[in-house]
Amino acid sequence: MTRISLTVNGEPRAVDIDSRVTVLDLLREHFGLTGAKKGCDRGQCGACTVLRDGRRVNSCLVLAVSADGSEIVSVEGLAGDSDLHPLQQSFLDHDAYQCGYCTPGQLCSAVGALAELAAGSPSVVTGEGSAPTLEPEEIRERMSGNLCRCAAYVNIVAAVYEAGRSA
Amino acid sequence: MTRTTTTTRTTPAIGAAMTRIEGPDKVRGSATYAYEYPLDAVAYCCAVGSTIAHGRVRSTSADAIRQIPGVLEVLSHANAPRLAISDGSELAVLQSDRVAYRRQIVAAVVAESFEIATEAAGALEIEYDVEPFAVELKSDDPDLYRPDKVNPGFPTDTEAGDVDGALRSAAHVVDHTYRTPAYHNNPMEPHASIAVWEGDDLTVFDSNQGASPVRARLAELFGLPTGSVRVVSEHVGGGFGAKGLPRPVVVLAAMAARVVDRPVKIAVTREQMFAFVGYRTPTIQRVQLGADAGGRITAIAHDVIEQTSTIEEFAEQTAVATRMMYAGASRRTTHRLRRLDVPTPGWMRAPGECPGMFALESAVDELAIATRLDPIELRLRNDPPTDPETGAPFTSRNLEACLREGARLFGWSQRHAEPRARRDGRWLVGTGVAASTYPARARASKATAWARPDGSFDVELCAADIGTGARTALTQIAADALGAEPRRVRLGLGDTNFSEAPLAGGSMGTSSWGWAVTRACEGLRARLAAANGSVPVAGLAVEVDTKDEIERRAQRPAHAFGAQFAEVRVDEDTGEIRVARLLGVFAAGRIVNPMTARSQLIGGMTMGISMALLEASLLDREYGDYLNHDLAQYEIATCADVPMVEAHWIDERDDFVNPMGAKGVGEIGIVGTAAAIANATYNATGVRVRDLPIRLEKLIG
Ligand code: FES
Ligand code: FES
Repeated sequence: MTRISLTVNGEPRAVDIDSRVTVLDLLREHFGLTGAKKGCDRGQCGACTVLRDGRRVNSCLVLAVSADGSEIVSVEGLAGDSDLHPLQQSFLDHDAYQCGYCTPGQLCSAVGALAELAAGSPSVVTGEGSAPTLEPEEIRERMSGNLCRCAAYVNIVAAVYEAGRSA
Repeated sequence: MTRTTTTTRTTPAIGAAMTRIEGPDKVRGSATYAYEYPLDAVAYCCAVGSTIAHGRVRSTSADAIRQIPGVLEVLSHANAPRLAISDGSELAVLQSDRVAYRRQIVAAVVAESFEIATEAAGALEIEYDVEPFAVELKSDDPDLYRPDKVNPGFPTDTEAGDVDGALRSAAHVVDHTYRTPAYHNNPMEPHASIAVWEGDDLTVFDSNQGASPVRARLAELFGLPTGSVRVVSEHVGGGFGAKGLPRPVVVLAAMAARVVDRPVKIAVTREQMFAFVGYRTPTIQRVQLGADAGGRITAIAHDVIEQTSTIEEFAEQTAVATRMMYAGASRRTTHRLRRLDVPTPGWMRAPGECPGMFALESAVDELAIATRLDPIELRLRNDPPTDPETGAPFTSRNLEACLREGARLFGWSQRHAEPRARRDGRWLVGTGVAASTYPARARASKATAWARPDGSFDVELCAADIGTGARTALTQIAADALGAEPRRVRLGLGDTNFSEAPLAGGSMGTSSWGWAVTRACEGLRARLAAANGSVPVAGLAVEVDTKDEIERRAQRPAHAFGAQFAEVRVDEDTGEIRVARLLGVFAAGRIVNPMTARSQLIGGMTMGISMALLEASLLDREYGDYLNHDLAQYEIATCADVPMVEAHWIDERDDFVNPMGAKGVGEIGIVGTAAAIANATYNATGVRVRDLPIRLEKLIG
C-alpha cells in the first residue's frame, strides 16, 4: 500500500492504494466514479480516456501511484458547474453514441483534441509547416484512438466539429 | 381519484427525431452498466482459460494459490458446485475436466481485489492430458456433415429444378468460391456480471441482450424457481449478437458468489472476448450463377461450408438469403459443417445474411461483367415479383426503389463500367453497388402499461436497449398508442421484474416489443375510457401477451431491402485502399425514430467497411484458438477509416409485419456492404478479391 494524493474533478483526495491499481480502477473501484470505462485495460481502445493535468491519457495505462500529485478530470467533471459541457450537448444533438460505453472516453478525448488543436500542435494530416485548423479531417485523425464498435464515428466527428466551431 | 385523459394528438411521436431518453446519463457518465453497481463486500472473480486446445485437466495448483493473501477461493471442476446441466453446453462451466477448445474456462480465482484475483489467476498452474486437435476449416475435409437445420430453424438444404443442367445450357456462367474469415463481435463493453445471493434468491446485474432468457437459464442451471432469480440489465454497452444468449461468465459469477457467500463481480477481459463469448464462423462459399443472353438468371447454386464446435452445434444460415433474393427457375442451397476443437460460433450482426450476401452480391457483380449489363440493371431484371422458392407474395419488396434512389443520390450515372478507367493522381477510383436484405419478423412478448393518478404512464417490459435506441423508440410507440405526449410516458426495461420479453436480436426488438407495447397501451386506453378516466391511487394497469395474436396471423415472406453504393480509392503503388464514400438506401417500413435509426444503419454500414477491409481473426494452427486476440491486432474501423457514410430510406409502411408498420434496422446495414466495397475495388483496380478482408497485398504484385 502506498499513500497518494491527487485531485479528481476538482476535489482533493488522499488514499492508500495497492501499487498495482491503475488510475482507471482507482476511479471506478475505489472512488465510485464509473464514468471512465474499461474496454481493454491495455491502451488499445480509449474507453478509459481521462484528462491528466489537462492532457488526455488512457487511464488504464497509468498506475495510480505514478499519478500522485496529478489533477485528473473524468467525464463526471467535464461540465464543471454547468449542466452539460458544450461537447456533451453536441453529442446529444448529433446522436454521437449508441450504447454509450465509449462515450465518456470520446468526450474526454475530444476535449483534449480541441485543446491540442487550439494550441497549434500538428497531427499527421496537418500540412507541412502550417498550423492545424479545425477541420473534419483533423478531428477524424485525432479521435482515431477512441474506438466505437457501434460506429457512431460520422456523428462523433460532426459533434466535435460543431462544438469546436462554437467554442 | 384523479382523471387521466388520452386524446389523439395531431403530431404522432412515431417518425419524430427524438433524442435518446438516456442520452444525458450516457454523456455525463452516470448511466450504470452491469459491472458498476456499488455493492458492499464485493469480491472479484477472474476466469482462467485453458492453454491446450483439446484434452483433460489433470491437476491444478489451487492449494498453493489459496495461500496467497486476499485469495478467497479457487474454483475448478474438482470443487465447483454442480449445475443441472449435461456436458453438451458452453454453460456447463467447470462441470468436467474436459477441454474442448483453447482458452475455455478451466478454473477461476475469487479474491478481495481485482489485482489480487488477476495476479493469482496468472500464477495458477494447470497440468493437462493433451489430445490431438483439429482447428482449421477445409473445404475437402472428409468429416464435413449435414446439420439437421440451420439457425434458427431453416431447412439445411433446398433444391428446385435441374441446377446442373441449367448451368450447362446457360449463355453466361459465373462459378467462384468466396471466403470470409472468423470475426469476433467485440462490443466495447466486455460481458460483465455481479451476482448476489440472499438465501436462495439470486440477483444478477448482467450485460446481455435479453434479461428474461438469462433469468430462465440461471433458474434452470441452479435449480431455482424462476421467481427467485432477478436479472438487471439497465444499460448495456453493445452486443452485436455476442450477448444474445447467456454466456459462461454469468454462470461463473453466480457459482462463485454461492461458494464465497459474498457478492461477486466478474468482467470478461478483452482477450477473453476472443475466447468464450461467441464469434462468426469462417465460411467457404461456392456460388454458381447461370443466365441467358439477356441476363435473366436461370440457375443459382450456393453451397456453404462452415464450422461449429464439439460442444454445441451452431449452423449459420449463410445461404438462406439466396433463397429469396433473385429469380431463377433452377436453384439450390446447401450448408455443411465441421465440428472442430474451437469455441462454439454464434450470432454476430446479421448471421447468415452478412457473410452470405458478400458472396452472392459479389457473384452478381461478376455476372454483370460477364453479361455486359449495368449491375443495377442486372439486379432489376432478376428482381422477383414473388418469393422465388414458394411463389408467395412478399409483404413488401422495394429493392428496385432502393437501387434507383441510391443510384440517383450517389451519382451512379457518372460511373465507368470498365475497370481502371478513373484515376485521381496516384489513386485509382472505382464505384460498386450491392443489395441488402434482412427478414422482418416478430416474437411474442408481454408488456404492462400503467396509468398513474398524476396523469403519467409507466410502460414496462423486460426489453433491452443495447444502444439501439429501444427505450426511446418504445416510448414513442407507447405515446402514440396512448394518445399522450412522450414526456408523460416512463419506459422501464432491462429488468426481469418487468413483463417477460424476448431478447434483442434478429432485428426483432422494435417489432416484438413495440407490438406488445401497442396492445398494452391500447388496452389501457380502453380501460381508462371505460372508467371515465378515473385512476385509483395505486394506478391502473393492463398486461398483455402477444403470443396468440402472433401465432394466429398468416405467414408471408417479409423482408427489409436496401442498396449500398461504395466509392473506393486504391493507391496504385502501395495498394492502400480507402472507402471514400458509402451510401445506403433502405426500405425498412416505417422508421420509428429517424435519429436513432440512422445511427443504427450507419453503424451497420461502418461495421461493413470494417469487415471488408480490416477484420479477420487469424487462426493459430500450432496451438489452436485465434492469434490476434486484442484490439491492436484485431483491427476494427475507427474515425479515420470512415470519411463519409450516409443512410437514407424510402417511404414505406408495411402493415402486415406489425401494428407499427416498421421493419427492423439493426442488422441490414451490414448486409451487402462488403460486396459493394469489393465490387468497387474491382472497378477501381481490375482485381477481384473473393476472400475477405481486402488488404493491400491482394491488390498489388
Ligand atoms: S481501457 Fe484503456 S485503452 Fe482500453
Ligand atoms: S457508442 Fe457503443 S461503442 Fe461507441
